Amino acid sequence: MTKSNILKVRIRKYHLKDSNFSLDVDLNIPSTGVTALFGPSGSGKTTLLRCIAGLEKNQQSELSLSNEFWQTNKISLPAHKRPIGYVFQEANLFPHLTAAENLQFAIKRADKSQSVISYSEVIRLMDIEEILPQYPSQLSGGERQRIAIARALLIRPKLLLMDEPLAALDDSLKKEILPYLEAICHSSKIPIIYVSHSLDEVIRLADHMVVLEKGRVVEQGETQFLLGKLGTFFSRHKDASVVITGIITEQSAQWGLSWLHFDNQDIIVKQGNEKIGDQLRLRIQSKDVSLSLSPQEDSSILNRLTVIIDDMIKDPKDPSMVMLRLLAGSTPILARVTALSTHNLALSKGQTVIAQIKSVALLR
Amino acid sequence: MQLSPEDLGAIWLTLKLASLVTLLLILMSTPIAWWLARTQSWFRGPINAIVAMPLVLPPTVLGFYLLLFLGPQGAIGKILDDLGLSPLPFSFSGLVVASMVYSLPFVVQPIQNAFIAIGDKPLEAAATLRSSPLNRFIYVALPLAKPGYISATILGFAHTVGEFGVVLMIGGNIPNETKVVSVQIYDHVEALEYGQAHTLSLLMVAFAFTVLAFLYSLQKRRKHQPAAGGLL
Repeated sequence: MTKSNILKVRIRKYHLKDSNFSLDVDLNIPSTGVTALFGPSGSGKTTLLRCIAGLEKNQQSELSLSNEFWQTNKISLPAHKRPIGYVFQEANLFPHLTAAENLQFAIKRADKSQSVISYSEVIRLMDIEEILPQYPSQLSGGERQRIAIARALLIRPKLLLMDEPLAALDDSLKKEILPYLEAICHSSKIPIIYVSHSLDEVIRLADHMVVLEKGRVVEQGETQFLLGKLGTFFSRHKDASVVITGIITEQSAQWGLSWLHFDNQDIIVKQGNEKIGDQLRLRIQSKDVSLSLSPQEDSSILNRLTVIIDDMIKDPKDPSMVMLRLLAGSTPILARVTALSTHNLALSKGQTVIAQIKSVALLR
Repeated sequence: MQLSPEDLGAIWLTLKLASLVTLLLILMSTPIAWWLARTQSWFRGPINAIVAMPLVLPPTVLGFYLLLFLGPQGAIGKILDDLGLSPLPFSFSGLVVASMVYSLPFVVQPIQNAFIAIGDKPLEAAATLRSSPLNRFIYVALPLAKPGYISATILGFAHTVGEFGVVLMIGGNIPNETKVVSVQIYDHVEALEYGQAHTLSLLMVAFAFTVLAFLYSLQKRRKHQPAAGGLL
């Protein structure tokens, strides 16, 4: 990541019409990977995204991508001149055009100097070949959203903005679309800003995160780092989790298991279609981690990591529970155990203990 | 019951007038309707009221003021005179101008409602797809407002065909110049030529029914599209 290739966003006290809400942020968004704008509804995520896109008129801000100014107090590049793609919460296809014509609308106006992703590749990734002749009113919500994502890619953006593309879909459709999104996020080289209030989506998709509350930035950083911190919004979340990236070093066909190696430790996972040498991400929820002072060889739990207690704090919402930050090498893992257990085991900072992990979820 | 040459002349004049007025009104109403649909200016209310006034004013009032303004002593009439143009009252051109004022709301309002029904979303989507404001208007707003344009065309045409009071005030009844069907019917009745009045009146009834039936059936088929217009 080079410094010149960064989206700089500085917005001073931007007030939305007819409300008390104001946005006040100062951000550098990396030029690679997926950056999630995360926060509860009403935190200003969508407004921030609309300011970046130029859909919100705003004189008090400063916006630049790779030192190319989009917005200062003197210039204001209109939305149609910004090299962006935008996926709206509700697909927002043109109702008078077929799916194919919606895509043509983008292709005709695409920035020919940018070569991001080919037409056939987009059609394949989004799996939309068969629905191209249909009108938007004939498509399901999920199909519409896939067309909308394809359309945003075909404009050949330098920056792709996605405003909760799954929020308007029900859970089964979310599960249907998420793999397509993962494919886009991980295979395109376009930096993506992804707005969401779903921790699950963010953990799956985002490399970087910006957490917004009431129009202000409360946390920002790499997903892996932020998730492994105590005292943050995430560690207080009921699904508090960490993400671990490792490489498959060993597989056992007999037991149907793979060994994922990271930081001099191994985690055993159910074998999927990954191969030795593949890089994999997995998610460990804090409630699935328990602690013991000695290796429990007589336990059915396979994953036992030797860790050091780095920090521990009481759960402010639930006095019976304690959150611990453990370090496996330099990789943080969060554990949520009862206060009674920490007392009985006399756990303290700096102590070496065994973390037993009941289950892990593979992300990709 | 045969149509006399004078009747035929009146029918032809009516069709010519209505076609020309509709065409001019569609062109003129498009920017007005777009502005009214999208502006947040304080002027929106008063301008809307001015556009809608012909809906509530008696045609005689419209005709009276038009006569004053367009006549040789009127503000506009004087300018035309200075430019060496012939005066508008009691001419076909005058009839066109008067009819445009009279039918304006019937064309502006359906288009305006169609533009409002489109909303911001498709236009914002187009903006993020590198479509300039003019480009968005042509390729997104106009196609989406098509039902409104169809309503506006039909209503503007039909309403111009049906006018009487304004024509009489500003155009009089000069055969083949300003004598439209409605005035011709009036003349027939005045002269107790009920047979001829019947023929023309029935033609008008049939015309009105056909137009409205067509319009309503069009609306029904376009259920998922923006509303065809606010007047029906």
